[in-house]
Amino acid sequence: MKKLVKYVKPYLFMIFLSIGLLFAQANLDLQLPDYLSNIIDTGIQQGGVENAAPLAIRQQEMDRLFIFISSTNQTVVLESYTLVMENSSDFSEYVIDYPILQNESLYIRNKLKWKEIRTVSDILERPFVGVFILEQAIANPENATALWDALGVDPSTLPPGMDLFDYLESLPFINRKLILKGIISSFEAMGKNMVSQMAAFAVRQEYETIGMNMNKLQRNYILKAGGLMLLMTLLSVVCTISVGFLSAKIAAGMARDIRAGLFEKIEGFSGTEFDSFSTASLITRSTNDVTQIQAVTSMIIRMVFYAPILGIGGIIHALNKNTSMWWLIGVAVLALLVLVLTVFLIAVPKFNKMQSLIDRINLVAREGLTGMLVVRAFNREKYEENRFDQANLNLTGVSLFINRVIVILMPFMMFVLSGLSLSIIWIGSHQVADGFMQVGDMMAFMQYSMQIVFAFLLMTMMFILLPRAVVSARRINEVLQTEEVIKDPPNPKTFVEPFKGKVEFRNVSFRYPGAESDVLHNINFTALPGQTTGIIGATGSGKSTLAKLILRFYEATSGEILIDNLNIKEVTQQTLREKIGFVPQKSALFSGTIRSNLLFANENADEQLLEQAIEVSQAKEFVYSKPERFDMEIAQGGMNVSGGQKQRLSIARALVKRAPIYVFDDCVSALDFKTDAALRKALKESTGESTVFMVSQRVSTIKNAEQILVLDEGKIVGKGTHDELMETCPIYREIAISQLELEEAL
Amino acid sequence: MSVHGNKPPKQGSRGPGPMAAMMRGGEKPKDFKAAFKKFIQYLGRYKLIILFAILLAAASTAANIIGPKTLGKATTKLFEGLIATIQGTGSVDFDYIGKIVLVTLAWYIASAILSYLQGWIMAKVSADISYRLRKDISRKINRLPLKYFDKTTYGEVLSYLTNDVDTINQTLSQSITQIISSVVTVVGVLVMMFTISWKITLVIMGVLPLSALMISFIVKRSQKHFNQQQDYIGHVNSHVEEMFGGHEIVKAFNGEQKSIRKFNKYNNTLYKAAWKSQFFSGIMMPVMTFIGNLGYVAVAIFGGWLTSQGTITVGDIQAFIQYVRSFTRPMGQIASASNVLQRTAAASERVFTFLEEQEESDESAKELKLGKIKGLVEFRNVKFGYSPEKTVIHNFSAIAKPGQKIALVGPTGAGKTTIVKLLMRFYDLDGGAILIDGININDISRHELRSKFGMVLQDTWLFNGTIRENIRYGRLDARDKEVVEAAKAAYVDKFVHTLPKGYDMEINEEVTNLSQGQKQLLTIARAVLANPPILILDEATSSVDTRTEILIQKAMDNLMKNRTSFVIAHRLSTIRNADLILVIRDGDIVEQGTHNELLEKNGFYAELYNSQFETADFSIAEPVALEGTK
Repeated sequence: MKKLVKYVKPYLFMIFLSIGLLFAQANLDLQLPDYLSNIIDTGIQQGGVENAAPLAIRQQEMDRLFIFISSTNQTVVLESYTLVMENSSDFSEYVIDYPILQNESLYIRNKLKWKEIRTVSDILERPFVGVFILEQAIANPENATALWDALGVDPSTLPPGMDLFDYLESLPFINRKLILKGIISSFEAMGKNMVSQMAAFAVRQEYETIGMNMNKLQRNYILKAGGLMLLMTLLSVVCTISVGFLSAKIAAGMARDIRAGLFEKIEGFSGTEFDSFSTASLITRSTNDVTQIQAVTSMIIRMVFYAPILGIGGIIHALNKNTSMWWLIGVAVLALLVLVLTVFLIAVPKFNKMQSLIDRINLVAREGLTGMLVVRAFNREKYEENRFDQANLNLTGVSLFINRVIVILMPFMMFVLSGLSLSIIWIGSHQVADGFMQVGDMMAFMQYSMQIVFAFLLMTMMFILLPRAVVSARRINEVLQTEEVIKDPPNPKTFVEPFKGKVEFRNVSFRYPGAESDVLHNINFTALPGQTTGIIGATGSGKSTLAKLILRFYEATSGEILIDNLNIKEVTQQTLREKIGFVPQKSALFSGTIRSNLLFANENADEQLLEQAIEVSQAKEFVYSKPERFDMEIAQGGMNVSGGQKQRLSIARALVKRAPIYVFDDCVSALDFKTDAALRKALKESTGESTVFMVSQRVSTIKNAEQILVLDEGKIVGKGTHDELMETCPIYREIAISQLELEEAL
Repeated sequence: MSVHGNKPPKQGSRGPGPMAAMMRGGEKPKDFKAAFKKFIQYLGRYKLIILFAILLAAASTAANIIGPKTLGKATTKLFEGLIATIQGTGSVDFDYIGKIVLVTLAWYIASAILSYLQGWIMAKVSADISYRLRKDISRKINRLPLKYFDKTTYGEVLSYLTNDVDTINQTLSQSITQIISSVVTVVGVLVMMFTISWKITLVIMGVLPLSALMISFIVKRSQKHFNQQQDYIGHVNSHVEEMFGGHEIVKAFNGEQKSIRKFNKYNNTLYKAAWKSQFFSGIMMPVMTFIGNLGYVAVAIFGGWLTSQGTITVGDIQAFIQYVRSFTRPMGQIASASNVLQRTAAASERVFTFLEEQEESDESAKELKLGKIKGLVEFRNVKFGYSPEKTVIHNFSAIAKPGQKIALVGPTGAGKTTIVKLLMRFYDLDGGAILIDGININDISRHELRSKFGMVLQDTWLFNGTIRENIRYGRLDARDKEVVEAAKAAYVDKFVHTLPKGYDMEINEEVTNLSQGQKQLLTIARAVLANPPILILDEATSSVDTRTEILIQKAMDNLMKNRTSFVIAHRLSTIRNADLILVIRDGDIVEQGTHNELLEKNGFYAELYNSQFETADFSIAEPVALEGTK
């Protein structure tokens, strides 16, 4: 994957930025249940009282609290509050919010930092609960006998004029501390949370005594928390959209770069590489595989990165709420894991089978279509239908099975999620009753657990998606890391001018990579300018390969090919091919117009040259019969012109190049005899001083060549003119006879 | 995949869910209503079952929706119990909570079972319907007149069979019930929310228009960019196909840089559309989540406030939050439903149009049999055209006596196969008649007619099966011994023994494990086994080496003995020996007669024949190279 990793580099910054944003997003999303839980626990249950550091407290009450507070802590508290009395400067301002100020002095909390509030709250929390309980007990002494027993104090025995709090104050601080502990021990046993909730309740009572507007307090709290939630939601969506933007840019950008890299690489490939990959595979690799990578890249950024962040974040937040219920999430995740794994273990092999059955049904249908004439001629309609029906039944069976396995997923998954909520409520409610958590926390825990499960599901999805992408990536990488077999020399030479075009093969052998035997074996010949060299032989005798070696589409395995006495390996491929006009066996035209196709050979060709070329190639009649002439549209692959027309245009294209060497690779097969003859005659005149190679299966096409090479199984078995070969070369004679039916003519 | 496919490869035909479906869009049926009506008619007796499944889906969804509200009661009870504990006035009522949890569990279990039952049923229904559709299509292929395939490519038919049936299958097995449960969810959730608190529900519903607005904005945008992206992918892909397919040309003419420049231009345009398309389809989910979160916040604020006022309970908030969370997904699915339905309608429109195409005329009433025939074939004033406007055969008459050899001669595309197709009644005549042993071929069934013919085409057709099966295709009840005898007569036996597994060798899917010549011999063996009184032969071919060609020739000569045969001729020996030569030009039979007669006539045939000597410097005749490699 080395080569492919290179393409990630330019985007690293954007990727890291995305990850940062994902962290922010996950964090923001995970805050929401926290705030909801605050709204329920603090806003609703505690009436908006957040902690045990009240906004205001009566001096009298504060003094009672101080009974249970060490002197150092008392100083801390006093520093945080200002005593306001009737004669204070801002009395009139405060009295609106705190009506009781008219009768009593109040401590008003200073503007404090959050941390300072925390400290004060921690100091006041337990004393608040203690004083609250004592006050309740004093109000209803008949209900509190148990408490008095526990404390070893009986308020009724206290001297007159001395209330319980005065009495307590008279005790040493150590004793007071123990007493406090005794009072609230039963609540502390119900969990730390219970004390906090009691303290908040006590603070509320105090507020009511002061005459504060409780409704407003509560509303403000809820609005404040809600406002923060809204802000987070907005920030979160900004984050996700930014990530979406970045991931789109990254994925599309990487796809573009990889595509360009691939294309450039493949344009440099020779026939050898094309054969080893196959053209079709190279096309899929640079199109579909890249598209696949693009889709997965963006998904990786948006999901693969996000899922663990969300999952781990969710776990942290959930544990924050309650540590003893994590196993519920574990069970749910495990259940889903088992389910997903089982389904996939059952389904995946069947999926592969289904794919092959789909291929099968396609194959049978395609055969039925392409063989329609034969099927009907032999009255085999029923046979075909049965064959199809068999394939159809097999496919239907497997696909039904897969569907029935897959449909388990959704209901079961839903059930696990619902079951998880149920269990959290059941077990959570006990936890709440025992004071380990509050109701809002339980609800938040429920939502976190959903988020964790969701993250987990996202991750499983990726495990399904990733392997496909990995296959694509591997296929692309294979192309990128292929070493080209044919390379330009580091210090290229150029042909000596004037260029003549003498082509010489010296002991040339060629073998396809990995093949067992040579396609061409020890080929020796010289082709001279102004002459035509015909090459003939049966299919597979190596004619076309020989022609392609001249253009260096393949590298000769051994021996040398010289043009004007210079080895073709010593010049660049470009320099070499500039000298050659080539007409391939499979005449390919490109989409565009006739003109654009002809100009492909020579951008500077003028109109006269074009006309000359189509005249020689016998395409004139056809081109001129079209109203648009040279501007006639050619569809992709030249599909809107016939095979013969394609061949003639393909020849015209080579002629436009005005090359000193021409290679015609069996390119007149679709022409009828008359056109073939006329073409040969015109060619002979127009190619003049050029060196011409004419590869053919037809004797008639090469009959008049100055030199004919007869190939049989990769070897030259005859070299000479037609007449000479008829005398000396049995294979040539055999070909000629079978085509010309000598025995009949005689 | 073909190198020169004329369509860009189909992208992501199995999309990853409703989001992708929403993005794709675009495809629309011509007549949605009619297409759907036909589709529903086709469902036949499955209609009731589907209705039942839909009810199941609705019930399952409903059961699922009840959960949160019931569960909310438990939370409320817990909350009240907690307050009571703090105030010292009571404790949590676990009996009640336990009861609620059990009741809810029952609902959830019911929902899961119903949902699975529904899935189970629909899987079967969709499998059955897909099976039936495929079967009908395959039967239809064999019942359509050949004429149909003049205007429809095989690719299209295959696409009906695979892509379109697959789309219908998907809709049946998933989309229908998904859409139903989405609708039930949205409606049900709304109802439940209203019963809890109409105030909060109204506030949440305030978010709905916003979400509808956002969804439609994104869908519109992303559809535009998605289509653009597909277009540009098409450009890039076809350039790639073209350049790689014509790689040798590009290299030969030093066109690499030019090609790369063009590619980069396409690639950059694609990039611009691609990132936008990716972006818009990618933000669909976050935006939906955002809308969900807005609802969540709304519930938190208003729910919190109302609870503090004692209007609703804490459990209600919990229920609302679960409802809001389960709201966004079905909304998305409903938004994409129209596209899914459109796509299905378009697919079924294509499939049913195909299934309703005019079939070959019914012939069950034709009971006339040819019996043992001599093989006298007469063309009497035959008139024919592939389309009514263009008659290709105007007035053609000829008689082939039993055992005669008739050569069909003419340039490529001249219509030599037309005669063959008429003879075997692949097409019906526009005028005149063809008689076999004096019986008009229209008076007998095609089946009966074709049972008298054997056919060997140059375009060899073999199927993915063993060699033995392919030969036996000529006569299905032939014994193994007869198959081997036919193989011997067609020179197949010899090479079969050099193949791995011999007669039981499987011919591969691309038929590449046999040479062209071997394939040709196999098709001859098939005709030998069929042993028909009349033969139609297409002579080989330049892509076969000389020695095999001689074998093929011999095999064909063997086959033709004592049969009336029509030969699409390429070689002089065949033509000269022919009892009758039909010279075909531009789809019409311009001359007929024996070799000598035609030469004397000094017409088109003579011109063709003589033109061979123009540049020849020796006095032997060349083949009438009228037809080249296909």
